Amino acid sequence: MMSRPLQEGVSRYLVDRARWHPLEIAFWVVALASVFLLSGKHLILTEIVVLALFALSLDLILGYSGIISLGHAAYFGFAGYVAGRLAKHNIITEPVLALIVSGLAAALLGFVTSFLVLRGSDLTRLMVTLGVSLVLREIANQIDWLTGGADGLQGIVMAPVLGLFPFDLAGHVAYVYSLCVLFIMVLLARRIVNSPFGLSLRSVKDNPVRASALGIPVNGRLVAMYTVAAGYAGIAGALLTQTTQFVSLDVLSLERSADVLLALVIGGTGYLYGGIIGAILFKLMQDYLANLTPQYWQFWIGLVLVIIVLVGRERLTNWTTPVRAFLARLGPRAAHPVETAPASTIDER
Amino acid sequence: MAPVLETIGLVKRFGGITAASDVSLQIEKGARHALIGPNGAGKTTVVNLLTGMLRPSEGQILLDGHDITNSEPHMRVRRGIARTFQINQLFAELTPIEAIGLAVSERMGMGRQWWRLVGRRPEVVEDIIGIIEQFQLADVMYDRTAILPYGKQRLLEIALAIACRPRVLLLDEPAAGVPEAERHEILTTVASLPKDVTVLLIEHDMDLVFSFADRISVLVNGALFADGTPDAVARDARVKAVYLGETFDA
Amino acid sequence: MLTILFDGIAYGMLLFVLACGLAVTLGLMNFVNLAHGSFAMAGGYISLVLVNRHGVPFFAALPLAFVVTALIGALFERTLYVHVYAKSHLDQVLFTIGLVFMSVAAVDYVMGSQQQYIQLPAMLQGQVNLLGLNVGKYRLLIIVICGLLTIALQLTLARTRFGSRLRASVDDPRVASGLGIHVNGVFAVTFAVGSGLAGLGGALGAEILGLDPTFPLKFMIYFLIVVTVGGTSSITGPFLASLLLGIGDVAGKYYVPKFGAFVIYTIMIVVLIWRPQGLFARATAR
Repeated sequence: MMSRPLQEGVSRYLVDRARWHPLEIAFWVVALASVFLLSGKHLILTEIVVLALFALSLDLILGYSGIISLGHAAYFGFAGYVAGRLAKHNIITEPVLALIVSGLAAALLGFVTSFLVLRGSDLTRLMVTLGVSLVLREIANQIDWLTGGADGLQGIVMAPVLGLFPFDLAGHVAYVYSLCVLFIMVLLARRIVNSPFGLSLRSVKDNPVRASALGIPVNGRLVAMYTVAAGYAGIAGALLTQTTQFVSLDVLSLERSADVLLALVIGGTGYLYGGIIGAILFKLMQDYLANLTPQYWQFWIGLVLVIIVLVGRERLTNWTTPVRAFLARLGPRAAHPVETAPASTIDER
Repeated sequence: MAPVLETIGLVKRFGGITAASDVSLQIEKGARHALIGPNGAGKTTVVNLLTGMLRPSEGQILLDGHDITNSEPHMRVRRGIARTFQINQLFAELTPIEAIGLAVSERMGMGRQWWRLVGRRPEVVEDIIGIIEQFQLADVMYDRTAILPYGKQRLLEIALAIACRPRVLLLDEPAAGVPEAERHEILTTVASLPKDVTVLLIEHDMDLVFSFADRISVLVNGALFADGTPDAVARDARVKAVYLGETFDA
Repeated sequence: MLTILFDGIAYGMLLFVLACGLAVTLGLMNFVNLAHGSFAMAGGYISLVLVNRHGVPFFAALPLAFVVTALIGALFERTLYVHVYAKSHLDQVLFTIGLVFMSVAAVDYVMGSQQQYIQLPAMLQGQVNLLGLNVGKYRLLIIVICGLLTIALQLTLARTRFGSRLRASVDDPRVASGLGIHVNGVFAVTFAVGSGLAGLGGALGAEILGLDPTFPLKFMIYFLIVVTVGGTSSITGPFLASLLLGIGDVAGKYYVPKFGAFVIYTIMIVVLIWRPQGLFARATAR
């Protein structure tokens, strides 16, 4: 005999996990407003959006699947070049279609390389992911007839978005375009992480042995998520090429992989918006530091990284805890102590 | 009647050490079969071999007559074998609802769905609630597993295995480390498992073993030492001799 | 062909001296120090400044580079690294990448971004005829010095008390600690020496590898490859791996110039797929 309150409680709990939080809605309202109110800043805002999507893609494998990657730029850059060539040779002129194709290309590359990250420890994964991105960079360097080599791919001209909205010099169309792409990709990501598939990845990250003992094909799920994340990174990279009409070797560099890792870490992993928040903070920080010391801003970024680690990443994301606690009080768990409170009920341990 | 789970001459070597030698078990459908033996006898090794975490050096494992000796661990779960771990293997960051929900979704074949939200299907929710009530986890079901009291964690450990609705359940020392006050919950839960589920129990607690089992196998130094009804094993002088040191400390 | 072999061996031994500190650090404390290349760069620039600006003889600058870099390593270890040992691998990666960024920018600020060269003494320039083969004197020097260092390292590990303490600590830190070995102390000394060796390697290698502020980033992957392929449970593993990679890289760049750079990466990926614990590591589980 099932108790009605229990059934409603559980059902609502599960559904609420996927519900839109007020802060999320507020965020997108602000984002929409920025189209009209911050029109002077659209160029840097587009950069932020691209980085945000890139960081989101890294969150999928790092925050949700527990895979450390130092070479995620491989998929970012690969799609960037694909998008560049698609446009340059008028193979696919419509940007949205080209974006999708580039993303799929990156996903395919992700699928093919995913088997390399399944084996071995954290260190092995670091090595392999770094190695793959460096190999790709070296290939891009060598086949300069295709990639433009160190000079990069120049002369990319973008056709109007959906045939209706031509890219303008001030970057307005580019910004709205990028924002729409980010929004759609976030919608998709929300579905994925709140689905049984997403839950199974979280369990794999948490305890792969037990996940396997529950019937979860751990490797298969990791391959699938890695492929999706590569596709996301690819869309971000293609977006960069399309909005800047340029792509060069640095999209495949170690610095690119390290920057996105830093951006994600600043924002916090595992709750989808960490990449976006981190991208905003990172770009703002980078902009401020670059104005301060044009040549040596990398020093300060490095210092920030060192300090973050020394202080402790958990303490960093603790500023989100009161917010999350507040939101939790709005849900069915209002009758229960908030999970992040100290475990005061434990007297048996 | 053919055994539901059978091992034939199972051998496992680690370098120079033979952890299991010529282990041949027949476990009948619906049985309450206990595997006992001194520490280090190889009981957990046998469980690991049965579930696929280890591959045998020699021998075969048959489930309902099907050879699963080389099947992947997750495939064996799909075929109906589930286990609990001697040391809790839980998902620290998930709540009991999420963890049980995960097991239920996987069992219902929804594990690959990325579009549908967890909990939209009423049959999943029903199943989750059934298990939560069965294991008295209702008062902690919203809390992160990491902050659960140990007794509740141990119950969750078993609940997760049950959520897979296995045909064969391997319980690896379910009462291990549980304080005296909470043992009762574990014991009644184990006793009230459905009759059509075959249970292989590994335990040191002789009270639990003799009250629960209808058949006992004794493992010593990786080999089957004795195998029979509880009465027969209890009367066996050799088993007493092997356990003499243990019973004084128990 | 023999010249290629010779150059490859020189390159390989240089890689070994540069990377062995990283291998031992990783094997000993399971600590991923991506900033290892920064110490190499430091050694390179220290000897550059000593030789080019202060007229210190090259052969004196080498040991000085070793000592100063070792001291820097010890300082960093005691003040910074020690706080990061217990943290996750991701944290260690982030931390050391941060140090790399800082070192790259700092050196760029102080020394400028263009590639610089140490003024070699005349006796090291040009070639010498060795057993009928014309070999570069500098590369010969590298082989000699690195060879001697390798022998010294091997002897230290095998014959001294410190060496056996180090080997015990690498094998199983908990048991070693239980035996009364001060594992943290062993590590501090090892870290300092490893950094010093990296510095020495940087000083030696400046001529061949090129010295500029991006050195740590450029060569990070090479050190990691040596450690991955060679494993971390011995010295011979990374040694053989370094030789393999050195010869492979030089030969690759000579025979197939377009794809020479891939040889190293391909070896690494193949090895990682085939044997994730390294080619030469023992199969003992950790």
